[in-house]
Amino acid sequence: MAEFTVNDLKRILYEAAGTNDDVHMNGADLADQRFTDLDYDSLAVLELSSRIEREYGITIPDGDLSHTMTLREAVTYVVARLAEVKV
Amino acid sequence: MSASGIRAGHRGTAVVTGLGVVAPTGIGARRHWESVLAGKSGLGRITRFDPAGYPVRVAGEVPGFVAKERVPGRLVPQTDRFTHFALAAAEQALDDAAVDPQALPEYAMAVVTASSSGGTEFGQREMERLYQQGPSWVGAYQSIAWFYAATTGQVSIRHGMRGPCGVLCCEQAGGLDALGQSRRLLNTGSELVLSGGTDASLSPYGLVAQTMTGELSTADDPACAYLPFDAAASGFVPGEGGAFLVVETATSARARGAQHYGELLGYAAGFDPPADSGRPPVLASVIRRALADARLDPADIGMVVADASGVPGRDRAEARALTEVFGARGVPVTAPKVLTGRLYGGAALDVATALLALSAGVVPHTAGLDRAAPEYAIDLVVDRPRPLGPGTALVLARGHGGFTSALVVAAGNRTDVAP
Amino acid sequence: MTRRAVLTGVGVVAPGANGRDAYWDLLAAGRTATRPISLFDATGFRSRVAAECDFDPAAAGLTPKEARRMDRAAQFAVVAAREAIADSGIELPAGDPGRVGVSIGSAVGCTMGLEEEYAVLSDGGRNWLVDHSYGVPHLYGYMVPSTLAVEVARQAEAEGPVALVSTGCTSGIDAVGHGVQLIEEGSADLVLAGATDAPLSPITSACFDAIKATTPNNDDPAHASRPFDGRRDGFVLGEGAAVLVIEEAAAARRRGATVYAEVLGFAGRSNAFHMTGLKPDGREMAEAIRVALDRARLDPDDIDYINAHGSGTKQNDRHETAAFKRSLGPRAYEVPVSSIKSMIGHSLGAIGSLEIAACALALRHQTVPPTANLAAADPECDLDYVPVTARAHRMDRVLTVGSGFGGFQSAMVLGRYDLDSKGEAA
Repeated sequence: MAEFTVNDLKRILYEAAGTNDDVHMNGADLADQRFTDLDYDSLAVLELSSRIEREYGITIPDGDLSHTMTLREAVTYVVARLAEVKV
Repeated sequence: MSASGIRAGHRGTAVVTGLGVVAPTGIGARRHWESVLAGKSGLGRITRFDPAGYPVRVAGEVPGFVAKERVPGRLVPQTDRFTHFALAAAEQALDDAAVDPQALPEYAMAVVTASSSGGTEFGQREMERLYQQGPSWVGAYQSIAWFYAATTGQVSIRHGMRGPCGVLCCEQAGGLDALGQSRRLLNTGSELVLSGGTDASLSPYGLVAQTMTGELSTADDPACAYLPFDAAASGFVPGEGGAFLVVETATSARARGAQHYGELLGYAAGFDPPADSGRPPVLASVIRRALADARLDPADIGMVVADASGVPGRDRAEARALTEVFGARGVPVTAPKVLTGRLYGGAALDVATALLALSAGVVPHTAGLDRAAPEYAIDLVVDRPRPLGPGTALVLARGHGGFTSALVVAAGNRTDVAP
Repeated sequence: MTRRAVLTGVGVVAPGANGRDAYWDLLAAGRTATRPISLFDATGFRSRVAAECDFDPAAAGLTPKEARRMDRAAQFAVVAAREAIADSGIELPAGDPGRVGVSIGSAVGCTMGLEEEYAVLSDGGRNWLVDHSYGVPHLYGYMVPSTLAVEVARQAEAEGPVALVSTGCTSGIDAVGHGVQLIEEGSADLVLAGATDAPLSPITSACFDAIKATTPNNDDPAHASRPFDGRRDGFVLGEGAAVLVIEEAAAARRRGATVYAEVLGFAGRSNAFHMTGLKPDGREMAEAIRVALDRARLDPDDIDYINAHGSGTKQNDRHETAAFKRSLGPRAYEVPVSSIKSMIGHSLGAIGSLEIAACALALRHQTVPPTANLAAADPECDLDYVPVTARAHRMDRVLTVGSGFGGFQSAMVLGRYDLDSKGEAA
């Protein structure tokens, strides 16, 4: 079963909603940033959710991922959903 | 005050203090103007996709435009190419005008753009996903990238302009109509309007749709594809890109100590009756109304930037209107758009070109043409730029279906862009 | 003398109502026209309800040739324009066609035609461009929304200024505002102004699905559009058109026209905040309302009814409620407010003109159309939203507002014409 890490999240987020060169998306701090701290809005998180749904074959109910979450919280959530699928 | 904010007896002066260009002739007003003077064409075989198998293969593409370099990274995947062009051109125009939007009243600044076909390329990609994969594959940004208001919304957000923003879709005429509207807004309380337009319909579906009019040139040689007013005219070449202009009240420009390229002096719009109505096209009367609005006579006009359709019947109609108003060969006529192709909502580029020409004191030539067909009786400027007479220009645009607009501009006091 | 603009003709194609009279009957009865989507197979879509028009081009008077050429949005606009012209009693061409203008709004233009032709050219998406010669001759007319204004201009035999205004979901109010300005500034004496949209196609439905803006309440379509209700969960997509005849007031009086209303004030502002998001304080919509009132030279107390944008999304209805309070102060609590989107859904750009038409009819009938489906209001939406049942109400001046993707906020004030005719307009 596929794993899901902060790097996976970053990759999908960049593809989904772009990135600005002036934002440093590396380092340990990143995972504790909220999407809004990194200037990703609700549309960006909607697009992110639907890309994760498609790529990982899971369903993410409305509102479960929000732009006020940290990236780490989002990763934890997705990992939990993936575990449900595996069972 | 009227319902729309018109104050009785009030008529302000609208000046253009900044230009931004993203066009087949180059990125930046200076590069564009150098191309115009050199007669350097931006037309060529389409490179964004393989045009083999399409009836039209030559177009004017913006050379070397890399969205990531000119548009905030976040906005690249969130917007279509027509908005990429607009964001880049709008930023240039503000820089050129040395405007700091944060220093001006938020509600006194507005954005008015023209768009003819919206986010064509984005829309095709999302339709492909819908039809190949299903509805859940359509991206979240389709809802804000495809529609015609995408550009005005994004530019307004980026620069904090909270005034009466707008979008006009009048095909090629829209580029002038947006400027006409910006002038109205300056008369109803706005102080600065970021105006103009861009289009980017050189995507596979966009191109196919355009070919259906039968008005595009099917020639493979870019040098022979777009020859308006020529006896060998065979239609026009489509282009992409456009221009943004910072249009300000004279008071606002003066307060900032800004020089200006010129003044939007007169504007009029009309609509052609159907060809089978027996009634004449409206171009001549629209020109007369624009002149009257500018309080000028035909003899006061130094140059005409023609609509220059390249479709023989439409060239004839334009030439007839010009001779009707100005007399046979009564005014220098030019068509710099032979270097870019027709830009639709990007037709504001013709106004930028006219202002640059007024600043430089020359009438740019229509490159690649030997002469206009004698039957048209127009004084088409060919071969090389010609010294300008009166410091005013009349810019014409006609949009598919009958839209007809005319804008009169007068020279300003800014000359730093002219080489 | 100041030129004023008055409404002298109304034409409507709306969900559940073909024509102006049927439209008012529906609104006054508080009937909802929302139902399961029938215009395409919505299986697999998140939101499968819509407010659809029962529109038969032939029955509506379009020739087979017109019906073939025109996309559904253009058909709506032309039929509404014909009804408006007939209603105004004016014979066109009247005088100089150069004094007749057109201003039509549309958010998504001829999307339906554009999508249908995409499916043809790509063999249902499987293989792009099987053969470009499969394209219909008027395909270009689908790509450029300006076609909608062209078709209406043909109906009006207009040779004056013609424009297609496309400011998303404020297109309908902005297009009428633009038409009013053409009259006031002297560019035209008569303008056909209005808006049309026909967004009930897979691509448009899918794009609102993707941002979860439309309701997922597929089990109870008749009650799915619930503006201001605590259980609202998104808007219901609609379709339709309204076209108005707007005339210069003195000219209308000279020909003895019956006047629905005078446009007293109009203003637009942008929030420059977010393409879809709204700040909860309603600041820029409040500013648009304030400027529209200022242009009308009216105070908040002069407003007798507010026709709300009331889309039924969580954020809109709160944003708008805040904007009313911010701009009108205590008056916001006294004046009836209603959203007709509860009955005819949200037809994107068209709805602004449909709402202006509703205001004109409300003034004529001195009746406030209700907010259907409003059972228990959101505690943050605490104004008088006229739930469920229409209300007889003395109205001289009404306010209508719109809010759209791109950050557009617009406001228009309309008034009974007989009031002002005693004053300066005479």
